[in-house]
Amino acid sequence: MGIFEAILLTVITAATPLVLAALGELVTERSGVLNLGVEGMMVMGAACAFIATQQTGSPYIGILAGIASGAVFSLLFGFLTLTLVANQVATGLALTILGLGVSGMIGEAYVGQSGIKLPQIVFPILSDIPFIGPLLFRQDLIFYLSIALVIGVQWFLFRSRAGLKLRSVGDSHSSAHALGINVIRTRYLAVMFGGGCAGLAGAQLSLVYTPQWVENMSAGRGWIALALVVFASWRPWRVVIGGYLFGAVSISQLYAQAFGVGIPSQFLSALPYLATIVVLILISHNRRMTLINTPASLGKPFVPDR
Amino acid sequence: MRIELERRPEVSRLYSILSPFIALALTIFFGGIMFLLLGKDPVSALYSFFIEPLMEVWSLHELAIKAAPLILIAVGLSVCYRSNNWNIGAEGQFIMGAIAGSILPVVFYEWHSPLVLPLMMLLGMLGGALFAGIPAFLKAHLNTNEILSSLMLVYVAQLFLDWLVRGPWRNPGGMNFPETRTFDPITILPEMITSGRAHWGFGFAIIAAVLIWFMMRYTLKGFEITVLGQSERAGRFAGFSSRKMIWFSMLLSGALAGLAGIAEVSGAIQQLRPVISPGYGFTAIIVAFLGRLNPLGIVVAGLVLALTYLGGEAVQVSLQISDKPIKVFQGMLLFFVLSCDTLIHYKIRMMWFDLSDKPVGEVR
Amino acid sequence: MKKLVFALAATAAVLGFSVQASAQEKAKICFVYVGSKTDGGWTQAHDIGRQELEKALADKIETQFLENVPEGPDAERAIERLARSGCGLIFTTSFGFMDATVKIAAKFPDVKFEHATGYKTAPNLATYNSRFYEGRYIQGQIAAKISQKGVAGYIASFPIPEVVMGINSFVTGARTVNPDFKIKVVWANTWFDPGKEADAAKALIDQGVDVLTQHTDTTAPMQVAAERGIKAFGQASDMIKAGPETQLTAIVDTWGAYYIKRTQAFIDGKWETTSSWDGLKDGILTMAPYTNMPDDVKAMAEATQKKIEAGELKPFTGPLKKQDGSDWLKDGEVAEDGVLLGMNFYVEGVDDKLPQ
Repeated sequence: MGIFEAILLTVITAATPLVLAALGELVTERSGVLNLGVEGMMVMGAACAFIATQQTGSPYIGILAGIASGAVFSLLFGFLTLTLVANQVATGLALTILGLGVSGMIGEAYVGQSGIKLPQIVFPILSDIPFIGPLLFRQDLIFYLSIALVIGVQWFLFRSRAGLKLRSVGDSHSSAHALGINVIRTRYLAVMFGGGCAGLAGAQLSLVYTPQWVENMSAGRGWIALALVVFASWRPWRVVIGGYLFGAVSISQLYAQAFGVGIPSQFLSALPYLATIVVLILISHNRRMTLINTPASLGKPFVPDR
Repeated sequence: MRIELERRPEVSRLYSILSPFIALALTIFFGGIMFLLLGKDPVSALYSFFIEPLMEVWSLHELAIKAAPLILIAVGLSVCYRSNNWNIGAEGQFIMGAIAGSILPVVFYEWHSPLVLPLMMLLGMLGGALFAGIPAFLKAHLNTNEILSSLMLVYVAQLFLDWLVRGPWRNPGGMNFPETRTFDPITILPEMITSGRAHWGFGFAIIAAVLIWFMMRYTLKGFEITVLGQSERAGRFAGFSSRKMIWFSMLLSGALAGLAGIAEVSGAIQQLRPVISPGYGFTAIIVAFLGRLNPLGIVVAGLVLALTYLGGEAVQVSLQISDKPIKVFQGMLLFFVLSCDTLIHYKIRMMWFDLSDKPVGEVR
Repeated sequence: MKKLVFALAATAAVLGFSVQASAQEKAKICFVYVGSKTDGGWTQAHDIGRQELEKALADKIETQFLENVPEGPDAERAIERLARSGCGLIFTTSFGFMDATVKIAAKFPDVKFEHATGYKTAPNLATYNSRFYEGRYIQGQIAAKISQKGVAGYIASFPIPEVVMGINSFVTGARTVNPDFKIKVVWANTWFDPGKEADAAKALIDQGVDVLTQHTDTTAPMQVAAERGIKAFGQASDMIKAGPETQLTAIVDTWGAYYIKRTQAFIDGKWETTSSWDGLKDGILTMAPYTNMPDDVKAMAEATQKKIEAGELKPFTGPLKKQDGSDWLKDGEVAEDGVLLGMNFYVEGVDDKLPQ
């Protein structure tokens, strides 16, 4: 295995949780809801996935628990912001505080336990292709799910009727309502999808990335995911590009250090953030394109008139 | 069961006063249950949380110290958010303000003059404003989303500070530990009153809140902010420039965050170290919304949130528990406060029997 | 909202006094933690020490702690709160608490304070530290024996003297076995981020190191080493569970012995300010069982440990050269503690440029 391939493998592991969480948030935001609680849902997913795995011995049940906990936790956000029309930004931040607290509390007994790593699923023949094989066909279930979800979300948003409805809810909830679309239900489902994806991303952290539980183990990745949605200008395939770009820059700085370049590590660590800004500047010079893709009702509450 | 909202014809004055108290009552009730489940005495827990920190003078000073940066940042952010500019990078502006203001006591440490302290504060504001100017420029002229750029710049600021205190600004007499020289007494923000260590940062926060409140309420600029925030189109017809507003609101909030940063460093920490904020810039976002984006409301919200930190420690000490249940309790309080604010604008109707053919999404 | 709080204050004041009335005669020993007491690393090690203390002197003392205390003004407040709540002896367990501890110690002359890893003392403020580098010297020797390629990977947190000292001690130990031994360093810029620590481990292993050591707090690097089939050293606690066939040994922080010793002195009224820097011989750090290595390596490690404990061997003894080839210590010269505590240069054999 060459060094380039090795780096890419590390990048894939680092980027997958970012892609997953960002993809979920993308769908949520496309429906017009801004949920800043990604970090909280992610860390809940990580805790619940780990606990379930330790209890049952099956990381697959852990995955389910991660998804379920993220989705259930996001319902709390949904109830406040959709049913009670509370402010989305503040509620999302409060969700993060709560998630860090609850996950710390329920996970306390599991700190220091060595987890079970999600096994690889090897595709015969395909995995023997040089270079591509080990990268793409010798991975775990969550990686495959992340790819499937990107394709699925892309198809859903732009090729399916339900996706069209979801986007119309996000672009103008009053027109959507006038057309007979149930705005609140659509948004609830979108919020739960976002929560489920963040939970799955969390499960990746505690089952694949580092099979263990420690408090606050998401370490700010939820925030990066939020930024990636903006970076991607709300388009799924750009989330993949953004996630892998971010992962690649942050991983290569570690490799560069090991290789022995004499640049202060703080500057190297700042690179992924700067790179993200620079690329976003380059792709967002076209004001009209940006506007088309930005959900116009993002963050605005909706109360149907009766 | 289904919950339905009905918009009130006008904002309920009764509930805008009452709703925080309802939220408090709910938090006390459910928080009490949580402490009971943990096998702790809920009365003494709630006492330690809400009352104990307010019973002693030193603790009131600590409250002011903790609330000052939150209020100062949140007041600036409220202007941003009211004008629809989503600056979520106040944490970075706080740090850059602290760095810019610290140039005098760290680099020109031999300069002793009564001018130093005011200049430090000005430099702090300038540093914060310039750093907020980056996302402002990118948004106003290059059409780059400010949520992303301001957030990403937080990490850059943190790493820059880290590099400074470990490298060029490291205290030559500090055993090579990552911190700058301690500030000369003349560069330290003095205490407001002699009974404790609360410094003028809190004074700045109150002054800023009153000024911004006045601006929002009585000046054309305040009107401009509100109009452009509600509808860019309407604002354009009124002759307001949304591009100028981006600059104005971002620079203002950056300057206030920067002031908070240098006030915190000069008044409370008295040197730069790798980490100077436990996330004030992010917590202030919650404070801004808890205060309903009203500068005076933000003062109250900042004090309440500061109280939850002090109270949390008091509970940890008095009940001998870890800080996780405290965080849950804090989250609970935020959730109840946010949801009770619904009552101000809406009547809530509980529908116990659902006979209509309303779609399932609303069924709870 | 404030109004209600004050109203409540009046009514609850009565309740409050009954709460506070249950005062105790036992001495109260308090701890301020920078992290969570179940962080699996630095803070947990201190908390285990606290529990040992509680067990050892159960009838004479009780303990109390505040966790996740941010450095800066929050630390000042937390320490003051403990001082006011009747703590007689307060341990503040992070370097970043130094100035806060100094300030509060000046304010409460009757309370005794102990600050971990700092250098400022006062009549009622002592400092304590552990000679972790002694353990790293042994690790270096083991690494040089185990490694086929003569290169070890070192995951470092932040360039502070403590960490630099550890790197230098490791290399110095390794070079007593293999004079050409090298290490590669990756700065993770975090004490605590399992994902990033794992990435750093992978970066090092992919570039050819075949033994790994870490100065960050989670078991993630150990897990990666286990997966890749190389050997590794644990940090702060015995990480054998994360790598049953991987961990060679670990430096285990065992603060309990020190806490018991100092608290006993406090109870007896014999507490005095000191700047103590204990090592292997005092039990403030211990080596986890030497595992997963041939018997001769194990024998060598044990012999080295005995020599260090007996005071016959000081890791930083000349002749030693700095990274740039200039002389640091003459033959037989032993480094002074003051130099070590402020160490910001590498010795020969480190394949990295020290962040300045």
